[in-house]
Amino acid sequence: MTLDDLTAQVPDGALLALPPDNSLSPGAFARALVRRSMGVRGVRGLRLLGVPVSGYATDLLIGAGCVAQLQTSAVTLGEAGTAPRFCAALADGSIELLDATCPAIHTMLQAAEKGVPFLPLRGLLGSDVLTHRPHWRVMQNPFSNAADLIVLLPALAPDIAAFHAVLADAHGNVWVGRRRELATLAHAARRVFVTVERVVPGNLLDDERLAPGTISATYIEAVAVAAHGAWPSALLDEYPADAAHLREYASAARTADGFRDYLERHVLAPAHAA
Amino acid sequence: MIQPEERLAAAIASLILDPAAPPARHIAVGAASPVPAAACWLVRLMGHPVRLSLLHRREGNPFTEGSRELFDLAGQGRIDLFFLGGGQIDGQANLNLIGTGEWPGRTVRFPGSFGSAFMYLMVPRTILFREEHSLRVLVPQVDAVSAPGVSPPGHFRRGTAQALVTGRCVFRFDPAAARFRLASLHPGETANSVRAATGFDYDGDDYEKDGAPPTADPTPDQLALLRGPVCAEMLDTYPEFCARVWRRSA
Repeated sequence: MTLDDLTAQVPDGALLALPPDNSLSPGAFARALVRRSMGVRGVRGLRLLGVPVSGYATDLLIGAGCVAQLQTSAVTLGEAGTAPRFCAALADGSIELLDATCPAIHTMLQAAEKGVPFLPLRGLLGSDVLTHRPHWRVMQNPFSNAADLIVLLPALAPDIAAFHAVLADAHGNVWVGRRRELATLAHAARRVFVTVERVVPGNLLDDERLAPGTISATYIEAVAVAAHGAWPSALLDEYPADAAHLREYASAARTADGFRDYLERHVLAPAHAA
Repeated sequence: MIQPEERLAAAIASLILDPAAPPARHIAVGAASPVPAAACWLVRLMGHPVRLSLLHRREGNPFTEGSRELFDLAGQGRIDLFFLGGGQIDGQANLNLIGTGEWPGRTVRFPGSFGSAFMYLMVPRTILFREEHSLRVLVPQVDAVSAPGVSPPGHFRRGTAQALVTGRCVFRFDPAAARFRLASLHPGETANSVRAATGFDYDGDDYEKDGAPPTADPTPDQLALLRGPVCAEMLDTYPEFCARVWRRSA
């Protein structure tokens, strides 16, 4: 399967979960989605979920007009600063934003993973993040005789989760190293699309040392090879973040014209079409 | 010549080591926090036995389940100290990482709340750090509350802010009064200059006759640690910070 085959399967309006820039961010997948969005079958109205925060890939998709709604705990380009297309879209009202807080997103995914309707989470009381989420409930802890309010969070199952891993094997298992929080995302999502640096022979789950960092093919719908596919984000010990490129992006994307110019140079140009 | 970031790191290190505060056996450092990270490495390299969990370290990251593991640890009470900041911070230590104007930050949008709405209530001790000390950051009342400075009875909470460290001074926080108190002034600042740049009311007026005490400079040993081994530990995670402050590149 190719990268374009993967992105072709993303329906309009899908709830698409993406990891942050420091945890197997699918940069090549996001660029391929943007390229598709420029064509006749452009993807529209995506609802993005930051797990638990959002970065370059999300800002790129927002800038390209693919996004209707974003649920996340923060949007940041790290040392390169604020995410300019996100800020512009919020200011002109072209996206709906559901503010969350990191452990709430993890907890909602864990509820989906367990197949239960909700899970409780400490904290959040007194935060306006809670007051703006009518579907997040507060109840008295039923196991305590003292006053003890606790927040209940509904299960959240993304339509699609996409991330970039290091390895896949012939069976469709993928290896995410120490980034095992991706397993919870994969367990919770209805469909999981993964890009990888390379495919290896054999079965990753037969290797006792690799098995703990491996997500079983049970959860993976499709895998495509995309060398350097996390770029400009880092990928485990494979390669560091491209800080200069993220600075270039942050600077270019400050204006709509600069963003279009960035797309021309780094997303749409044939030389970068991988 | 002492860099401002070096003085801030040393000031945070002395707050971490404050014997009157709850013990800091396990400290976590979140996103985009190079000065707090430098302070933690300084404490550790000064020989204090503290466990550091640096969420954004790429190689040797302590977590095998990402930030979810950090929040689970904090939920259990196994993180003793955390650092938070804010686009706005008010006099009751409320933090706003959402933005200004109408919800959700229609006037100026900040990055978002990250884990603050959880961590601020779950850890026994939080050190607030915000380098910009101005009327737009230190406000009478935040426009939106990402995380509240204090909580009423019935809201489970292990601790509050210990202090707020800015580019001009150190404030201590008194949770019973829900007020800050000026603790020390960085070089070049006076009680009046800090008052003029602070939008919220705070205590410490009794200092004003003689001037508040100065924030201590890093010792020569601390400076040597910051410029050598601390920088070396931070190069991979904070390359731009290390280049700017110490002119070192990875």
